[in-house]
Amino acid sequence: MTHILVTAKMVPDLVEELEIDDSGTALDMTWLRLIINEFDDHSIEQAILLKEKHGGDVTVIAPDFEGIDDVLFTAAAKGADRLIKLTRDFEEGVNNHALARAYVETIKLQNPDLILTGVQANNDLDGSIGPYLAELLGMSYVGYISGVSLEGDKVVVQKEYPGGLIGEMEVALPAVLGIQASEEPPRYVAVSKVRQVMKTATIEEQEIPDLDPRGGLDVNSMYLPEAAEKAEMLEGDEEEIAAKLVEILKDSGIL
Amino acid sequence: MVIASAPSSPSFSKTFFDSLYELADGERFKSCLQCATCSGICPFGYLMDFPPGRMISYLRADLFDEILDTDTVWMCVSCYACTEVCPAKIPVTPGLMTRAKEEMLLAGNLPSELQDALEYSQRYGNPLGESPRKRADWAKDLSPEIPIMRKAGRRVDILWFVGDYPSYHPRVQQTSIALHKILNALEVDFGILGPEENSDGDTQRLAGERGLFEVLAEKNGKCFSRYDFGQIITTDPHAYNAIKNEYPQLGIEYPIQHYSEFLYERIDDLKPLLKGNGQVKVTYHDPCYLGRVNKIYDQPRALLRAIPGLELVEMPHNHSTSLASGAEILAVACPYEPPRFEDATKVVDGAEGLIVKDIIELLADAI
Repeated sequence: MTHILVTAKMVPDLVEELEIDDSGTALDMTWLRLIINEFDDHSIEQAILLKEKHGGDVTVIAPDFEGIDDVLFTAAAKGADRLIKLTRDFEEGVNNHALARAYVETIKLQNPDLILTGVQANNDLDGSIGPYLAELLGMSYVGYISGVSLEGDKVVVQKEYPGGLIGEMEVALPAVLGIQASEEPPRYVAVSKVRQVMKTATIEEQEIPDLDPRGGLDVNSMYLPEAAEKAEMLEGDEEEIAAKLVEILKDSGIL
Repeated sequence: MVIASAPSSPSFSKTFFDSLYELADGERFKSCLQCATCSGICPFGYLMDFPPGRMISYLRADLFDEILDTDTVWMCVSCYACTEVCPAKIPVTPGLMTRAKEEMLLAGNLPSELQDALEYSQRYGNPLGESPRKRADWAKDLSPEIPIMRKAGRRVDILWFVGDYPSYHPRVQQTSIALHKILNALEVDFGILGPEENSDGDTQRLAGERGLFEVLAEKNGKCFSRYDFGQIITTDPHAYNAIKNEYPQLGIEYPIQHYSEFLYERIDDLKPLLKGNGQVKVTYHDPCYLGRVNKIYDQPRALLRAIPGLELVEMPHNHSTSLASGAEILAVACPYEPPRFEDATKVVDGAEGLIVKDIIELLADAI
């Protein structure tokens, strides 16, 4: 029986404008809306697909940010068996070095055969979580995965390379994968189903005493992209605009 | 000859059929004559593997699983045309079609665009995936300023439930701006909920997401209960239908009118304000959830006729069989319609010059 473990975290939802806090080094969390990291959502889907195909069980583990309970219950409604929430005050934020260390003790107790992580997240300033977990657990890591099949004590994975190339490779278990995309898009679960699961499923809480962010980055300053020089709009009728355009192209040495 | 062994548990068709009986008028499904009027009038019937009449026959033949293996139910737009014409008065739309969509949804079998719209509705309270904080941005530069209930902190006569498309869709925002002009011209005391407003949930319910509908209705219900107002008005027939007919089943009861009813009651005050814009031939498309579902046919027409110089010509299909003549303007009264019909005029031969306007826009233009 294969034990699959998935890590999931909440990230800033870009539907709202991002604001920088007074320190000038971080996002202002006051109005920030959080959303499940899209790649973690794909990791959960991939884990459920593997379970449906090969059996086994799925554990989802996540740090306690606003909205995480809904994400965990939704994962349970999709078919996850165990839900674990790492609790402590994360208000100051947490980098991936610290998060990986926070995950490790809990993950070791689970003794998973396969760990699926989102290959990246929009707030990964110090690299993605997967390789750190693999290092701390002494496992192999392969990232940018868009297909996984279990074959005994190994997995066969499809890894995406730039330029549309796909590599297929075998990875001995236990291993950590960075999921780029699940084989099927993350499924929809009806709200009524999630509400039902909320009544029966439990979220186990694991208190995290200290965060150890060593190895991460110190942010000197964070700022929104600055507007560059404005585009020049050419005025006139078609002939005039065409003439001006030719002139500009000649001046810039293109023609 | 192969004889199938008797199923050990009731078939899916059987349990599904039983679930229809529990609905209002559900026992009428037994009285289907197979006349196929429903399938004939369905605007998408000719594309469906299983138009409504055939769905009922498959259901009776214990073959309903076959229907759920097709995309038939996702072609249904819940327009009530079938339900309106059924001689046996079978609740095809609210019963069969909505329940079938619920089953598809529970099985996770839905188009990705619909999945996005439902996930956005859960997350942001609108199916368009827009920022809930920007729900009242369309009104930012209007003068006089529209009171937002939380900030206004006072009673208003009229709570305007703006709705999703009128809040966010650039074309439909024009209808909201037009209603703002008319309400002010009539000196109506009104306010809006702004970022606190959520999707009315009616289309989500009709797409089979009953649970999501309830979540959205409860959010709106809580919001209504926080403020003091006389009644609700809306430009959206779906918001109207949900708040009028569906919310009360959840214990959320507030008086609501579609703007066409509200303005019709004030037509004597409105008429002197209308100057008109010359002679123009206008035809009117009855919205499904204003006309067929809620039987409001006369008030929108009366408002149009109140505009000086406007000649209302009816289409061959109108009132309860309305489908989208000689008219220069197509008048509508539902926020889904202006962008939809404007797109249609770009591809339908002979429709190039047709102007699509909500009745409120025609009224506002005439002031």
